[in-house]
Amino acid sequence: MKEIFRLCFVLTIITAVSAGVLAYVNQQTAEPIARALLEEKMSAVRNVLPPYDNEPEKIEIVLAPEDTLEVYRGLKDGTVTGAAFAIVAPDGYSGDIEFMIGVDGEGVMQGLMILKHLETPGLGAKIESEDFRGQYRGKSLENPELWEVTKDGGTFIPITGATISSRAITRASAKGLKLFQEHKAEIFAEGEVQE
Amino acid sequence: MRAWDEFTKGFWRENPIFRLVLGLCPTLAVTTSAENGLAMGLATTFVLICSNAVISSMRKFIPKKVRIPAYIVAIATFVTIVDLVMNGYFHALHKSLGLFIPLIVVNCIILGRAEAFASKNPIGLAIVDGFGMGFGFTISLMVIGAIREIIGNGTIFSVSIFGDGYVPLLLMILPPGAFIVLGVLLGLMNKAEIAMAERSGRQPIIRKEHDCASCAIHTKWFDFSAKEEPTSE
Repeated sequence: MKEIFRLCFVLTIITAVSAGVLAYVNQQTAEPIARALLEEKMSAVRNVLPPYDNEPEKIEIVLAPEDTLEVYRGLKDGTVTGAAFAIVAPDGYSGDIEFMIGVDGEGVMQGLMILKHLETPGLGAKIESEDFRGQYRGKSLENPELWEVTKDGGTFIPITGATISSRAITRASAKGLKLFQEHKAEIFAEGEVQE
Repeated sequence: MRAWDEFTKGFWRENPIFRLVLGLCPTLAVTTSAENGLAMGLATTFVLICSNAVISSMRKFIPKKVRIPAYIVAIATFVTIVDLVMNGYFHALHKSLGLFIPLIVVNCIILGRAEAFASKNPIGLAIVDGFGMGFGFTISLMVIGAIREIIGNGTIFSVSIFGDGYVPLLLMILPPGAFIVLGVLLGLMNKAEIAMAERSGRQPIIRKEHDCASCAIHTKWFDFSAKEEPTSE
Protein backbone atom coordinates (compact mmCIF):
# COMPACT_ATOMS: atom_id res chain seq x y z
CA MET A 1 0.00 0.00 0.00
CA LYS A 2 2.80 2.30 0.91
CA GLU A 3 4.51 1.64 -2.39
CA ILE A 4 1.54 2.67 -4.47
CA PHE A 5 1.60 6.11 -2.87
CA ARG A 6 5.27 6.44 -3.64
CA LEU A 7 4.65 5.52 -7.29
CA CYS A 8 1.80 8.03 -7.52
CA PHE A 9 3.93 10.68 -5.89
CA VAL A 10 6.84 10.24 -8.31
CA LEU A 11 4.59 10.21 -11.38
CA THR A 12 2.71 13.27 -10.14
CA ILE A 13 5.96 15.17 -9.69
CA ILE A 14 7.19 14.21 -13.16
CA THR A 15 3.95 15.18 -14.89
CA ALA A 16 3.68 18.41 -12.88
CA VAL A 17 7.20 19.45 -13.85
CA SER A 18 6.49 18.55 -17.46
CA ALA A 19 3.24 20.55 -17.41
CA GLY A 20 5.06 23.54 -15.94
CA VAL A 21 7.81 23.42 -18.57
CA LEU A 22 5.29 23.09 -21.38
CA ALA A 23 3.14 25.92 -20.05
CA TYR A 24 6.20 28.15 -20.04
CA VAL A 25 7.32 27.17 -23.55
CA ASN A 26 3.77 27.52 -24.85
CA GLN A 27 3.50 31.00 -23.39
CA GLN A 28 6.86 32.00 -24.83
CA THR A 29 6.11 30.69 -28.32
CA ALA A 30 2.44 31.73 -28.57
CA GLU A 31 3.29 35.15 -29.94
CA PRO A 32 5.94 34.09 -32.49
CA ILE A 33 3.60 31.34 -33.72
CA ALA A 34 0.68 33.75 -34.13
CA ARG A 35 2.99 36.20 -35.89
CA ALA A 36 4.35 33.50 -38.22
CA LEU A 37 0.83 32.33 -39.09
CA LEU A 38 -0.37 35.85 -39.81
CA GLU A 39 2.75 36.64 -41.82
CA GLU A 40 2.21 33.46 -43.82
CA LYS A 41 -1.38 34.45 -44.57
CA MET A 42 -0.52 38.02 -45.48
CA SER A 43 2.33 36.96 -47.74
CA ALA A 44 -0.11 34.68 -49.55
CA VAL A 45 -2.57 37.58 -49.82
CA ARG A 46 0.11 39.90 -51.22
CA ASN A 47 1.13 37.21 -53.67
CA VAL A 48 -2.27 36.65 -55.23
CA LEU A 49 -3.73 40.16 -55.35
CA PRO A 50 -3.70 42.19 -58.56
CA PRO A 51 -1.60 45.40 -58.36
CA TYR A 52 -2.50 47.43 -55.27
CA ASP A 53 -0.97 50.22 -53.23
CA ASN A 54 -2.60 49.92 -49.82
CA GLU A 55 -2.07 47.52 -46.97
CA PRO A 56 -4.62 44.83 -47.97
CA GLU A 57 -7.68 45.49 -45.85
CA LYS A 58 -9.83 42.87 -44.30
CA ILE A 59 -13.61 42.85 -44.68
CA GLU A 60 -16.11 40.19 -43.73
CA ILE A 61 -18.73 38.93 -46.13
CA VAL A 62 -21.74 37.21 -44.63
CA LEU A 63 -22.39 33.98 -46.52
CA ALA A 64 -25.06 32.63 -44.24
CA PRO A 65 -26.07 33.44 -40.70
CA GLU A 66 -23.14 32.18 -38.58
CA ASP A 67 -20.89 31.83 -41.63
CA THR A 68 -18.65 34.62 -42.78
CA LEU A 69 -15.81 34.80 -45.24
CA GLU A 70 -12.70 36.86 -44.60
CA VAL A 71 -11.84 38.80 -47.73
CA TYR A 72 -8.72 40.89 -48.17
CA ARG A 73 -9.13 43.72 -50.64
CA GLY A 74 -6.39 45.38 -52.58
CA LEU A 75 -6.93 49.05 -53.47
CA LYS A 76 -5.16 51.18 -56.00
CA ASP A 77 -5.74 54.95 -55.99
CA GLY A 78 -8.70 54.39 -53.70
CA THR A 79 -10.60 51.89 -55.84
CA VAL A 80 -10.76 48.17 -55.27
CA THR A 81 -8.68 46.25 -57.81
CA GLY A 82 -9.27 42.78 -56.52
CA ALA A 83 -9.82 40.50 -53.59
CA ALA A 84 -8.09 37.56 -51.96
CA PHE A 85 -9.74 34.94 -49.81
CA ALA A 86 -9.00 31.49 -48.47
CA ILE A 87 -10.92 28.44 -49.59
CA VAL A 88 -10.89 24.89 -48.35
CA ALA A 89 -10.90 21.88 -50.64
CA PRO A 90 -12.42 19.15 -48.48
CA ASP A 91 -11.52 16.30 -50.83
CA GLY A 92 -7.72 16.26 -50.81
CA TYR A 93 -5.89 12.94 -50.81
CA SER A 94 -5.33 13.18 -47.07
CA GLY A 95 -7.54 15.80 -45.50
CA ASP A 96 -8.43 19.36 -46.26
CA ILE A 97 -6.34 21.56 -48.51
CA GLU A 98 -6.55 25.22 -47.59
CA PHE A 99 -5.44 27.79 -50.11
CA MET A 100 -5.69 31.47 -50.93
CA ILE A 101 -6.89 32.71 -54.28
CA GLY A 102 -6.84 36.22 -55.69
CA VAL A 103 -9.39 37.52 -58.16
CA ASP A 104 -9.55 40.82 -60.04
CA GLY A 105 -12.61 42.91 -60.92
CA GLU A 106 -13.39 40.86 -64.03
CA GLY A 107 -13.41 37.62 -62.07
CA VAL A 108 -10.06 36.56 -63.53
CA MET A 109 -7.89 34.54 -61.20
CA GLN A 110 -4.65 36.32 -60.29
CA GLY A 111 -2.91 33.69 -58.27
CA LEU A 112 -3.15 30.72 -55.97
CA MET A 113 -1.12 30.02 -52.85
CA ILE A 114 -1.37 26.88 -50.75
CA LEU A 115 -1.78 27.60 -47.04
CA LYS A 116 -2.20 24.21 -45.45
CA HIS A 117 -2.26 20.64 -46.68
CA LEU A 118 -1.39 17.12 -45.61
CA GLU A 119 -0.72 15.66 -49.06
CA THR A 120 1.95 13.02 -49.64
CA PRO A 121 5.44 14.56 -49.60
CA GLY A 122 7.00 14.29 -53.06
CA LEU A 123 3.66 13.65 -54.75
CA GLY A 124 0.54 15.55 -53.77
CA ALA A 125 2.72 18.07 -51.97
CA LYS A 126 3.82 19.33 -55.39
CA ILE A 127 0.59 21.33 -55.50
CA GLU A 128 2.83 23.97 -53.91
CA SER A 129 5.02 24.17 -57.02
CA GLU A 130 4.82 27.19 -59.29
CA ASP A 131 4.44 24.89 -62.33
CA PHE A 132 1.12 23.69 -61.02
CA ARG A 133 -0.19 26.85 -59.40
CA GLY A 134 0.76 29.04 -62.37
CA GLN A 135 -1.80 27.32 -64.57
CA TYR A 136 -4.62 29.03 -62.72
CA ARG A 137 -3.37 32.55 -63.26
CA GLY A 138 -5.42 34.40 -65.89
CA LYS A 139 -8.24 31.88 -65.96
CA SER A 140 -11.84 32.88 -65.37
CA LEU A 141 -15.14 31.08 -65.03
CA GLU A 142 -16.11 31.77 -68.65
CA ASN A 143 -16.35 28.09 -69.45
CA PRO A 144 -17.21 26.39 -66.18
CA GLU A 145 -17.00 22.93 -67.76
CA LEU A 146 -13.29 23.48 -68.43
CA TRP A 147 -12.57 23.81 -64.70
CA GLU A 148 -11.48 20.21 -64.43
CA VAL A 149 -8.17 18.41 -64.72
CA THR A 150 -7.33 17.13 -68.21
CA LYS A 151 -8.25 13.59 -67.19
CA ASP A 152 -11.83 14.78 -66.58
CA GLY A 153 -11.97 16.79 -69.80
CA GLY A 154 -10.80 20.15 -68.47
CA THR A 155 -7.80 22.36 -69.14
CA PHE A 156 -5.70 21.92 -66.01
CA ILE A 157 -2.76 19.56 -66.15
CA PRO A 158 -2.69 17.56 -62.91
CA ILE A 159 0.49 16.63 -61.08
CA THR A 160 1.71 13.23 -62.21
CA GLY A 161 0.54 10.64 -59.72
CA ALA A 162 -1.53 13.12 -57.74
CA THR A 163 -4.71 13.53 -59.73
CA ILE A 164 -6.84 13.55 -56.59
CA SER A 165 -5.02 16.53 -55.05
CA SER A 166 -5.04 18.40 -58.37
CA ARG A 167 -8.71 17.71 -58.91
CA ALA A 168 -9.59 18.89 -55.40
CA ILE A 169 -7.86 22.22 -55.98
CA THR A 170 -9.34 22.72 -59.43
CA ARG A 171 -12.90 22.11 -58.28
CA ALA A 172 -12.54 24.16 -55.10
CA SER A 173 -11.09 27.06 -57.11
CA ALA A 174 -14.07 27.00 -59.44
CA LYS A 175 -16.32 27.08 -56.41
CA GLY A 176 -14.35 29.99 -55.02
CA LEU A 177 -14.71 31.94 -58.25
CA LYS A 178 -18.44 31.29 -58.18
CA LEU A 179 -18.59 32.52 -54.63
CA PHE A 180 -16.75 35.65 -55.74
CA GLN A 181 -19.26 36.27 -58.54
CA GLU A 182 -22.14 35.94 -56.13
CA HIS A 183 -20.68 38.41 -53.65
CA LYS A 184 -18.85 40.65 -56.05
CA ALA A 185 -21.26 43.51 -55.46
CA GLU A 186 -20.62 43.45 -51.71
CA ILE A 187 -16.86 43.18 -52.09
CA PHE A 188 -16.64 46.10 -54.47
CA ALA A 189 -19.54 48.22 -53.28
CA GLU A 190 -18.06 48.87 -49.90
CA GLY A 191 -14.84 49.85 -51.61
CA GLU A 192 -16.40 52.91 -53.18
CA VAL A 193 -17.64 54.12 -49.84
CA GLN A 194 -14.05 53.98 -48.68
CA GLU A 195 -12.22 57.29 -48.48
CA MET B 1 37.52 4.65 -25.23
CA ARG B 2 34.10 3.63 -23.94
CA ALA B 3 32.48 6.89 -25.07
CA TRP B 4 33.87 6.56 -28.62
CA ASP B 5 32.49 3.02 -28.73
CA GLU B 6 29.06 4.18 -27.64
CA PHE B 7 29.15 6.91 -30.26
CA THR B 8 30.14 4.77 -33.24
CA LYS B 9 27.90 1.81 -32.52
CA GLY B 10 24.89 3.68 -33.94
CA PHE B 11 26.48 3.83 -37.38
CA TRP B 12 27.08 0.14 -38.00
CA ARG B 13 27.06 -2.35 -35.15
CA GLU B 14 23.76 -1.23 -33.66
CA ASN B 15 22.41 0.97 -36.43
CA PRO B 16 18.83 1.71 -35.35
CA ILE B 17 17.28 0.97 -38.72
CA PHE B 18 19.42 -1.73 -40.28
CA ARG B 19 20.53 -3.60 -37.16
CA LEU B 20 17.92 -3.00 -34.49
CA VAL B 21 15.21 -2.58 -37.14
CA LEU B 22 13.48 0.01 -34.96
CA GLY B 23 11.63 3.20 -35.81
CA LEU B 24 10.42 1.94 -39.16
CA CYS B 25 7.28 4.09 -39.20
CA PRO B 26 9.10 7.40 -39.86
CA THR B 27 11.69 5.52 -41.92
CA LEU B 28 9.08 4.35 -44.37
CA ALA B 29 6.86 7.43 -44.24
CA VAL B 30 9.16 10.46 -44.57
CA THR B 31 11.99 9.22 -46.79
CA THR B 32 10.45 10.47 -50.02
CA SER B 33 13.40 12.84 -50.43
CA ALA B 34 16.88 13.21 -49.00
CA GLU B 35 15.95 16.55 -47.45
CA ASN B 36 12.93 15.16 -45.59
CA GLY B 37 15.02 12.27 -44.30
CA LEU B 38 17.75 14.60 -43.07
CA ALA B 39 15.35 16.97 -41.31
CA MET B 40 13.37 14.18 -39.65
CA GLY B 41 16.62 12.55 -38.56
CA LEU B 42 17.90 15.76 -36.97
CA ALA B 43 14.62 16.43 -35.15
CA THR B 44 14.67 12.88 -33.80
CA THR B 45 18.33 13.24 -32.79
CA PHE B 46 17.54 16.35 -30.77
CA VAL B 47 14.70 14.64 -28.90
CA LEU B 48 16.83 11.54 -28.38
CA ILE B 49 19.73 13.47 -26.85
CA CYS B 50 17.45 15.47 -24.52
CA SER B 51 15.37 12.50 -23.41
CA ASN B 52 18.49 10.37 -22.86
CA ALA B 53 20.02 13.11 -20.73
CA VAL B 54 16.93 13.67 -18.59
CA ILE B 55 16.11 10.01 -18.16
CA SER B 56 19.68 9.18 -17.25
CA SER B 57 19.80 11.96 -14.65
CA MET B 58 16.55 10.77 -13.10
CA ARG B 59 17.32 7.06 -13.30
CA LYS B 60 17.74 6.65 -9.54
CA PHE B 61 14.61 8.62 -8.78
CA ILE B 62 12.17 6.79 -11.06
CA PRO B 63 10.79 3.56 -9.56
CA LYS B 64 11.03 0.59 -11.90
CA LYS B 65 7.29 -0.04 -11.92
CA VAL B 66 6.35 3.34 -13.37
CA ARG B 67 9.39 3.88 -15.56
CA ILE B 68 7.62 3.50 -18.91
CA PRO B 69 4.97 6.22 -18.25
CA ALA B 70 7.69 8.42 -16.78
CA TYR B 71 9.83 8.01 -19.93
CA ILE B 72 6.88 8.67 -22.20
CA VAL B 73 6.05 11.89 -20.34
CA ALA B 74 9.67 13.08 -20.62
CA ILE B 75 9.84 12.22 -24.33
CA ALA B 76 6.45 13.78 -25.11
CA THR B 77 7.51 16.96 -23.32
CA PHE B 78 10.59 17.35 -25.52
CA VAL B 79 8.69 16.56 -28.69
CA THR B 80 6.10 19.23 -27.83
CA ILE B 81 8.89 21.73 -27.17
CA VAL B 82 10.46 20.96 -30.56
CA ASP B 83 7.05 21.29 -32.19
CA LEU B 84 6.27 24.67 -30.60
CA VAL B 85 9.70 26.21 -31.08
CA MET B 86 9.91 25.04 -34.68
CA ASN B 87 6.44 26.40 -35.39
CA GLY B 88 7.29 29.79 -33.96
CA TYR B 89 10.83 30.33 -35.22
CA PHE B 90 11.31 27.99 -38.21
CA HIS B 91 7.86 28.17 -39.68
CA ALA B 92 8.76 27.00 -43.20
CA LEU B 93 10.53 23.91 -41.92
CA HIS B 94 7.66 23.18 -39.58
CA LYS B 95 5.28 23.34 -42.50
CA SER B 96 7.07 20.67 -44.48
CA LEU B 97 7.66 18.36 -41.49
CA GLY B 98 4.75 19.33 -39.26
CA LEU B 99 2.84 16.12 -39.66
CA PHE B 100 5.73 13.95 -38.57
CA ILE B 101 6.98 15.85 -35.54
CA PRO B 102 4.33 14.53 -33.12
CA LEU B 103 5.11 11.05 -34.43
CA ILE B 104 8.56 11.23 -32.85
CA VAL B 105 6.87 10.42 -29.53
CA VAL B 106 6.04 6.95 -30.72
CA ASN B 107 9.38 6.36 -32.39
CA CYS B 108 10.64 3.12 -30.89
CA ILE B 109 14.26 4.22 -30.99
CA ILE B 110 13.71 6.89 -28.37
CA LEU B 111 11.88 4.72 -25.87
CA GLY B 112 14.23 1.88 -26.78
CA ARG B 113 17.35 3.89 -25.96
CA ALA B 114 15.75 5.22 -22.77
CA GLU B 115 15.01 1.72 -21.64
CA ALA B 116 18.09 -0.11 -22.89
CA PHE B 117 20.73 2.52 -22.27
CA ALA B 118 19.88 5.82 -20.59
CA SER B 119 18.22 4.18 -17.59
CA LYS B 120 21.38 2.22 -16.82
CA ASN B 121 24.22 4.58 -17.65
CA PRO B 122 25.57 7.90 -16.41
CA ILE B 123 24.43 11.07 -18.09
CA GLY B 124 27.59 11.68 -20.14
CA LEU B 125 27.48 8.27 -21.80
CA ALA B 126 23.71 8.59 -22.30
CA ILE B 127 24.21 11.84 -24.23
CA VAL B 128 26.96 10.28 -26.35
CA ASP B 129 24.65 7.35 -27.03
CA GLY B 130 21.94 9.80 -28.09
CA PHE B 131 24.34 11.51 -30.51
CA GLY B 132 25.57 8.24 -32.00
CA MET B 133 22.17 6.63 -32.37
CA GLY B 134 20.65 9.86 -33.64
CA PHE B 135 23.30 10.37 -36.32
CA GLY B 136 23.12 6.70 -37.31
CA PHE B 137 19.37 7.14 -37.71
CA THR B 138 19.77 10.42 -39.61
CA ILE B 139 22.30 9.01 -42.06
CA SER B 140 20.19 5.92 -42.67
CA LEU B 141 17.07 8.02 -43.34
CA MET B 142 19.04 10.31 -45.64
CA VAL B 143 20.48 7.41 -47.65
CA ILE B 144 17.06 5.81 -48.10
CA GLY B 145 15.58 9.21 -48.96
CA ALA B 146 18.36 9.96 -51.45
CA ILE B 147 17.97 6.64 -53.28
CA ARG B 148 14.20 7.08 -53.49
CA GLU B 149 14.50 10.68 -54.63
CA ILE B 150 17.13 9.93 -57.30
CA ILE B 151 15.19 7.06 -58.87
CA GLY B 152 11.68 8.30 -58.18
CA ASN B 153 12.13 11.97 -59.02
CA GLY B 154 15.49 12.29 -60.82
CA THR B 155 16.77 14.79 -58.25
CA ILE B 156 18.94 14.87 -55.15
CA PHE B 157 18.26 17.57 -52.53
CA SER B 158 15.88 19.01 -55.16
CA VAL B 159 18.71 19.44 -57.69
CA SER B 160 18.02 17.73 -60.99
CA ILE B 161 20.74 15.26 -61.95
CA PHE B 162 19.50 13.40 -65.00
CA GLY B 163 18.09 16.35 -66.95
CA ASP B 164 14.67 16.66 -68.50
CA GLY B 165 14.84 13.44 -70.51
CA TYR B 166 14.66 11.26 -67.42
CA VAL B 167 11.33 9.60 -66.80
CA PRO B 168 11.10 9.08 -63.03
CA LEU B 169 10.05 5.73 -61.65
CA LEU B 170 7.19 6.99 -59.50
CA LEU B 171 6.90 3.72 -57.60
CA MET B 172 10.03 4.61 -55.66
CA ILE B 173 8.43 7.71 -54.12
CA LEU B 174 5.22 5.86 -53.37
CA PRO B 175 5.03 3.64 -50.27
CA PRO B 176 6.21 0.43 -52.01
CA GLY B 177 9.49 2.17 -52.86
CA ALA B 178 10.23 2.58 -49.17
CA PHE B 179 9.86 -1.13 -48.53
CA ILE B 180 11.93 -2.05 -51.59
CA VAL B 181 14.83 0.26 -50.72
CA LEU B 182 14.78 -0.72 -47.03
CA GLY B 183 14.75 -4.44 -47.89
CA VAL B 184 17.56 -4.21 -50.43
CA LEU B 185 19.76 -2.11 -48.14
CA LEU B 186 19.10 -4.42 -45.19
CA GLY B 187 20.13 -7.41 -47.30
CA LEU B 188 23.27 -5.68 -48.60
CA MET B 189 24.29 -4.66 -45.08
CA ASN B 190 23.88 -8.20 -43.81
CA LYS B 191 25.92 -9.54 -46.72
CA ALA B 192 28.66 -7.01 -46.08
CA GLU B 193 28.67 -7.83 -42.38
CA ILE B 194 29.01 -11.56 -43.05
CA ALA B 195 31.90 -10.97 -45.48
CA MET B 196 33.67 -8.69 -42.98
CA ALA B 197 33.16 -11.12 -40.13
CA GLU B 198 34.51 -14.03 -42.15
CA ARG B 199 37.63 -12.13 -43.09
CA SER B 200 38.39 -11.27 -39.49
CA GLY B 201 37.23 -14.63 -38.16
CA ARG B 202 34.56 -13.39 -35.73
CA GLN B 203 30.89 -14.11 -35.34
CA PRO B 204 28.79 -11.91 -37.64
CA ILE B 205 26.38 -9.72 -35.67
CA ILE B 206 23.31 -10.81 -37.53
CA ARG B 207 20.29 -12.31 -35.98
CA LYS B 208 19.02 -15.19 -38.02
CA GLU B 209 15.55 -14.56 -36.74
CA HIS B 210 14.20 -11.05 -36.99
CA ASP B 211 11.66 -11.61 -34.25
CA CYS B 212 11.18 -9.80 -30.97
CA ALA B 213 12.93 -12.40 -28.84
CA SER B 214 16.21 -12.05 -30.71
CA CYS B 215 16.09 -8.25 -30.85
CA ALA B 216 18.93 -6.41 -29.19
CA ILE B 217 16.52 -4.25 -27.22
CA HIS B 218 14.61 -7.22 -25.91
CA THR B 219 17.67 -9.06 -24.68
CA LYS B 220 18.79 -5.95 -22.82
CA TRP B 221 15.33 -5.20 -21.57
CA PHE B 222 15.11 -8.41 -19.69
CA ASP B 223 18.70 -8.32 -18.55
CA PHE B 224 19.69 -11.65 -20.03
CA SER B 225 23.22 -10.68 -20.70
CA ALA B 226 23.53 -7.36 -22.32
CA LYS B 227 25.23 -7.13 -25.70
CA GLU B 228 25.49 -10.87 -26.23
CA GLU B 229 23.83 -13.10 -28.75
CA PRO B 230 20.56 -14.50 -27.43
CA THR B 231 20.96 -18.13 -26.50
CA SER B 232 19.03 -20.43 -28.75
CA GLU B 233 17.29 -23.28 -27.10
